[in-house]
Amino acid sequence: MLRRRSEVGSTTVALSLAVFLVLMTVVTVYIFMAKVWWFPPAITEFGHEIDDQFGRTLLITGIVFVLAQFGLAYAVFKFRDQGQKATYFEGNNTMEIVWTLATVVLFVGLGLYARNAWAQVHFQGAAEGALPIEITAQQFVWNFRYAGPDGKFGREKPELVSASTGNPVGLDSTDPASKDDIVAPVIAVPVNREIELIIRSQDVTHSFYVRELRLKQDAVPGMEIHMHFNAAVPGNYEIACAELCGLGHYRMHSMLQVMAQEDFDKWVKDQEAANQ
Amino acid sequence: MVTHENGGGHGHHQAPTGFIRKYVFSIDHKVIGIQYLCLALFSVFVGMALSALMRLHLGWPNAHWSIFKGGLMTPEQYLALMTMHGTIMVFMVLTTAPQSGFGNYFLPIQIGAADMAFPVLNMLSFWTTMVSLLVMIAAFFVAGGAPIGGWTSYPPLSALGEMAGPGQGAGETLWIIGLAIFCGASLMGALNFITTLIDLRAKGMTLGRLPLTCWTWFVTAILGLLAFGVLLAACILLLLDRVAGTSFFIPGGLVITDQVITWHKGGSPLLWQHLFWFFGHPEVYIAILPGMGVASHLLSTFSRKPVFGYRAMVGAICGIGFLGFCVWGHHMFISGMSPYSAFAFSILTMTIGVPSAIKTFNWLGTLWGGKITFNCAMLFALGFVSLFVSGGLSGLFLAQPALDLYLHDGYFVVAHFHLIMGVAAIFGMFAGLYFWFPKMFGRFLNEGIGKLHFWLTFIGVYAIFMPMHFLGLAGHPRRYFDTTAVEFLQKLQPVHVFISIAAFITIGAQLIFLFNFFYSLYAGKECKEENPWHATTLEWSIPTPPPFDNFAGVEPVVYHGPYEFSVPGAADDYIPQHLAPNLVKKA
Repeated sequence: MLRRRSEVGSTTVALSLAVFLVLMTVVTVYIFMAKVWWFPPAITEFGHEIDDQFGRTLLITGIVFVLAQFGLAYAVFKFRDQGQKATYFEGNNTMEIVWTLATVVLFVGLGLYARNAWAQVHFQGAAEGALPIEITAQQFVWNFRYAGPDGKFGREKPELVSASTGNPVGLDSTDPASKDDIVAPVIAVPVNREIELIIRSQDVTHSFYVRELRLKQDAVPGMEIHMHFNAAVPGNYEIACAELCGLGHYRMHSMLQVMAQEDFDKWVKDQEAANQ
Repeated sequence: MVTHENGGGHGHHQAPTGFIRKYVFSIDHKVIGIQYLCLALFSVFVGMALSALMRLHLGWPNAHWSIFKGGLMTPEQYLALMTMHGTIMVFMVLTTAPQSGFGNYFLPIQIGAADMAFPVLNMLSFWTTMVSLLVMIAAFFVAGGAPIGGWTSYPPLSALGEMAGPGQGAGETLWIIGLAIFCGASLMGALNFITTLIDLRAKGMTLGRLPLTCWTWFVTAILGLLAFGVLLAACILLLLDRVAGTSFFIPGGLVITDQVITWHKGGSPLLWQHLFWFFGHPEVYIAILPGMGVASHLLSTFSRKPVFGYRAMVGAICGIGFLGFCVWGHHMFISGMSPYSAFAFSILTMTIGVPSAIKTFNWLGTLWGGKITFNCAMLFALGFVSLFVSGGLSGLFLAQPALDLYLHDGYFVVAHFHLIMGVAAIFGMFAGLYFWFPKMFGRFLNEGIGKLHFWLTFIGVYAIFMPMHFLGLAGHPRRYFDTTAVEFLQKLQPVHVFISIAAFITIGAQLIFLFNFFYSLYAGKECKEENPWHATTLEWSIPTPPPFDNFAGVEPVVYHGPYEFSVPGAADDYIPQHLAPNLVKKA
């Protein structure tokens, strides 16, 4: 009979399964703890907040992961068929209530704890005096517009858009406010200055993503989405598109350059000269 | 219609004699179940072949293969493979096999019915699914090729036609039509399942005596009924945007390669995302719930113990089904949706972890104190539990919008959903297949080859998908043709190579399975017994393979719960559901 036959060798299979589960768990936990592949250091305050929340989540899920996989490994080995009689029980209401309440507290608590970082990014607007920068995404480039000395973004018209003649966002030169606007293919920002991003798209949905900012936001055609950040560490950071936007999605790339205020002022001058 | 009043169809069926009525346009739920399984088997190998090509490219993007002139593939070909891989796997495999395949075959038998409530509708829903598959596959062969917009097909990319990219012309149109047809087929199937379970249960088969497999098929059918209707509407709107000049999803003022689009205005790209994910999230549970049912069923059967906390399990199944409709917004945290709704969706999503955790605890509780047999069916069920835990826990990261700011649309997400809705669900199917194969075909799948298949697959899937989490932590966005344009991605290339090698080994293991399937079908060990596993549910009370009308015209009567194993005082360690109490042998 089939069940009798498979009883033979059940120890080998049970042991192999248990050993594999334990090994898989240990290796996975090790790679997470050793941070072999990991986030780059955060350069914003809420970035650190997000990292802390990631750590809390990793701790809780890690404990559940280890307990569940080890528990499974233990059970398959311990209760393998050795000719014993299975014990008959249909459940335990107290245990059901305990682990239901425990997971409610743990999971929902974790979710509530995460509110802080999310609130910093989204519930609060940009601080007073933030430097506004408009991002216009298009297949497959990023355009960054600065308002210039007058502090006003000039008018744009879709019918004026012409990437080939150097007007990728469709600036209307008849509007005086547009005269001093700067459009650049990279985004430069002064360090420790609140930046307000106004994110838009010309054609399809893209996503603005900078790892070190811990920030990602879809650029949705027809919408103007506001985000803000304050970068504390000068350096060059890569911008990668994070929403499938067509065949060139993988090469829709730009740079975020965080620099000292005087370097930024010089960068703006250079751009103005180039835009003339 | 087969109704309970006319005897649940018992005694009414005449077995068809002609080949066409018997095997092609059959109204027998068992044949239709096998047809669905064959469709899924074909589709899963197509889907896997597409992923093999993708992995070949991702592992060695710069290699020059002598058989592929000018490189293995272009970016648009890569995206077309990815789109079709996702679509075929989600719809033609994960939605059809566990529910329409196994559910069709075993739900009527497990509740003691002679057939589904609407046998002709059942046939229609299978052939409609077949048409939908053919329409989708046709997308490969039209000008521009298959669509490149991913299985989520976000507009405006999917709504603007060829100007948005190759494959977005005729290919995308066929994709949408194929999907709409599939929605129709699924709606028919869902209605049939719900009616059958409510109306055709045999005498004594109370809701509290339903096998958990039936509970999951039932709840899955309800999810399908509510979800596919919405997707159907969304597909029709998207199609109208493309062919009739409407603007449901396309806002005004768009410019593509310097061309102003003047004929669209007023639409919202986010509307599609809401409609799509209102379907898309329940879809995850449509794929995984039947696997949970099979796992619960098998863990109990092969540890010779009742399911731990049957009522809690049923509650968790219903809880997952209900909450599944309240969490779609967690796919849209960075979409531009209100951040306040994002927070609400986040808390609801964390809540859905609770019934999932209840199920895991109860599975461990079922094994505890048991007498576990390790055949292939049980190994895959145990693998399911392990994968469900591994794949489920990463959901707790993605459910938090603050963490999603970093992880969204990256490889962490790819790892998460492949482990849980892809691989865990497939382990549920394998478990079911090894378990029910002898009942369906009268022969056992070969256990030795099956064990080899299990081990290679189990180790293989972990080797493929665990490292993807780390790609995600390093910030690797998904749906990238290659890593050349982004500097930080280049040092991740060795991980891609590792994943690709693991993928090829795992794919090889599926060829072993395919061999086992056909070998055992014709030359496997014969199963003449009604009940080779000493299981309790009604499918094991009828001959192997089951006759045309299942119960030979006699409606069975059910006396026991579905998992009466090792009951104290009984001579055998199992009490079949249909065994009259006075026939239960005393110890």
